[in-house]
Amino acid sequence: MTGAGTDVSQIGREYKYGFHTTDEPAFSTGRGLTREVVETISAQKNEPTWMLERRLKAYEHFLTRPIPTWGGDLSEIDFEAMFYYVKPTEAQVSSWEDLPPDIKDTWDKLGIPEAEKKYLAGVGAQYESEVVYHKLQEELVRQGVVFLDMDSGLREHEEIVREHFGKIIPYRDNKFAALNTAVWSGGSFIYVPPGVRVEMPLQAYFRINKENMGQFERTLIVVDENAFVHYVEGCTAPIYSSDSLHAAVVEIIVKPGGRCRYTTIQNWSSNVYNLVTKRAVAEKNATMEWVDGNLGSKLTMKYPAIWLTGEGAHGEVLSIAFAGPGQHQDTGAKCVHIAPNTTSVITAKSISRGGGRAGYRGLVNVASGARGAKSKVVCDALILDDESRSDTYPTIRVNESDSDIGHEATVSKIGEEQLFYLMSRGLSDSEASSMIVSGFVEPITKELPLEYAVEMNRLIQLQMEGSVG
Amino acid sequence: MALLEIRNLHVALKDGPEIVKGIDLTVERGEVHAIMGPNGSGKSTLAHALMGHPAYEISSGDVLLDGASLLKLGPDERAQRGLFLAFQHPYAVPGVTVTSFLRSAMNALRKARAGGEEDPIPIPEFRKELAAATAQLKVPRELLGRYLNDGFSGGEKKRVEILQMALLHPRMAVLDETDSGLDIDALKTIAAGVSDLVGPDMGALVITHYQRILNYVRPDFVHVFAGGRFVAEGGPELAVQLESEGYDAYQPEATSGVSS
Repeated sequence: MTGAGTDVSQIGREYKYGFHTTDEPAFSTGRGLTREVVETISAQKNEPTWMLERRLKAYEHFLTRPIPTWGGDLSEIDFEAMFYYVKPTEAQVSSWEDLPPDIKDTWDKLGIPEAEKKYLAGVGAQYESEVVYHKLQEELVRQGVVFLDMDSGLREHEEIVREHFGKIIPYRDNKFAALNTAVWSGGSFIYVPPGVRVEMPLQAYFRINKENMGQFERTLIVVDENAFVHYVEGCTAPIYSSDSLHAAVVEIIVKPGGRCRYTTIQNWSSNVYNLVTKRAVAEKNATMEWVDGNLGSKLTMKYPAIWLTGEGAHGEVLSIAFAGPGQHQDTGAKCVHIAPNTTSVITAKSISRGGGRAGYRGLVNVASGARGAKSKVVCDALILDDESRSDTYPTIRVNESDSDIGHEATVSKIGEEQLFYLMSRGLSDSEASSMIVSGFVEPITKELPLEYAVEMNRLIQLQMEGSVG
Repeated sequence: MALLEIRNLHVALKDGPEIVKGIDLTVERGEVHAIMGPNGSGKSTLAHALMGHPAYEISSGDVLLDGASLLKLGPDERAQRGLFLAFQHPYAVPGVTVTSFLRSAMNALRKARAGGEEDPIPIPEFRKELAAATAQLKVPRELLGRYLNDGFSGGEKKRVEILQMALLHPRMAVLDETDSGLDIDALKTIAAGVSDLVGPDMGALVITHYQRILNYVRPDFVHVFAGGRFVAEGGPELAVQLESEGYDAYQPEATSGVSS
């Protein structure tokens, strides 16, 4: 089809995050994972003994735990070739001007200063495993909100961290949670005191910028009674030739009457294994919302979970997955209803094109005694060509007869008639397809902060431009 | 040079039967032509084929806009040259609001006119044009924020088709059964809108089963289409005659359509 011509050579060039700046790490543990590496990471951070012990136990468990085979293909991950800890600069800096020019340059390319001016309540950005720049607006401090990188959180609020760290996601949960617990570095620590509403989304940008470097950030969010916070993470990665591993752990506790929304837009380059464990506990009348957008990566396995442990708790998961050539998005959601009158809604949308594979893997579990539990799952797949694939693996376990569980799934293709209609208004084939895809994911993009919604649509357009020959 | 010229056009479904069996038609700037015919006569096939629907094959003949053949062009390029089709059954695009769609379509045409360079319409200018067109066609503001044709009534879809025509400023518009499914008030508003839009530089081809719309959009010429051919041609009086006598005289057998 003719129209706005797609020059294949432009595609790589337009991938604006495919750059990397010269990196001069201040300290690195080198390739491979040993007991000494774990000890060195802990020593570098001057951690309390209990954390070192936790890391070592997790390390032992990681060694004995087999690689999971029920999802995507993980057999090509070479754990020995990875870097597990890279520290870019010695100290943290507190203002924009103090940032090393190299890092600033990277962020300029990501458009962060503009973003900051417009929206940011605070920026925590992770660069090569360590948060080097952190800024909290005075308002947050005044409200008693803690927004730190996880290392600082451990130093400054050890008692809160010790109470919750690994409670929601124990290192025995899965192999990659064990790995993260052993070598974690960076991530965010957020505490919102009772009754405090943080009106601006808290945002963190981070990127992998070291070939073969694993990134193992650890995030803990505690939302106290009747408090509210929206945390946004967006991340983009430069393109490299060899495989990278991103194995994060995010634990969230929402206390009675509290609400937390956690928004992620990830656009890893197509060599990254993105294996993330995210789980939240929602107590009485609390609300937890995961908004999760996954573009890029070689393989993503991510199923944000909500345990509804208190009566009247509500959980919501909105998920978008876009799988292009050579990519496998194995994503979904889990909602576990333990208490009575708990409700959950899962909305998952996946798009696959150019031989990509996108799937929904989900669990709704209603425990005995969770009377009046309600859950609704809607998963829609859009397949753009005959080479691409979509899978749906919904698991529903109900042990309480007084409950209401609904599941709807649709699979569709872009129709010739719909394309013809749009093209008859002057839109090219790829513009028309992009418009249909953007519309398909709109129920989720409309939930994103404006900048992320714009970025999401731009990324979809970029992906779609390569789809028309 | 004529605005639109159809020369001995034959249209078939891909690997299927021939539906349009050789028609000739010339539309000059400022002219309104009506094509009237019974249901199932191939009127919509003709409309879709003119716009370049991929399911149809032009087995012979030619279609020229401003003297240049359209047959090798995709629907997007035909639109960029000024051809417009108001659909009988417009498609829904969930998740895309009418406003956002209109702006994208206008920008696509502007880009083509700027030789492929992005030339987006400034937002204030867009708002002004949109406000004027919605007022003229009595399109409720509420409709603009809804997803394109998603859950629209028949009348709402038709209004939005003509709204698109108003904003995209085509030079040659083909209206495929725009009157079907409209009550008399909606028909009057839409027909008045169409009449206002057709001007000295623009031509229109109004395809219809009924004469009703032609009371408001006065055709200069009427062509009766049956069995894939024009079987009678004349002035506006032909439409009136058809309304009273029906299509029976033009049907090979008594198979006049009763439903659409």
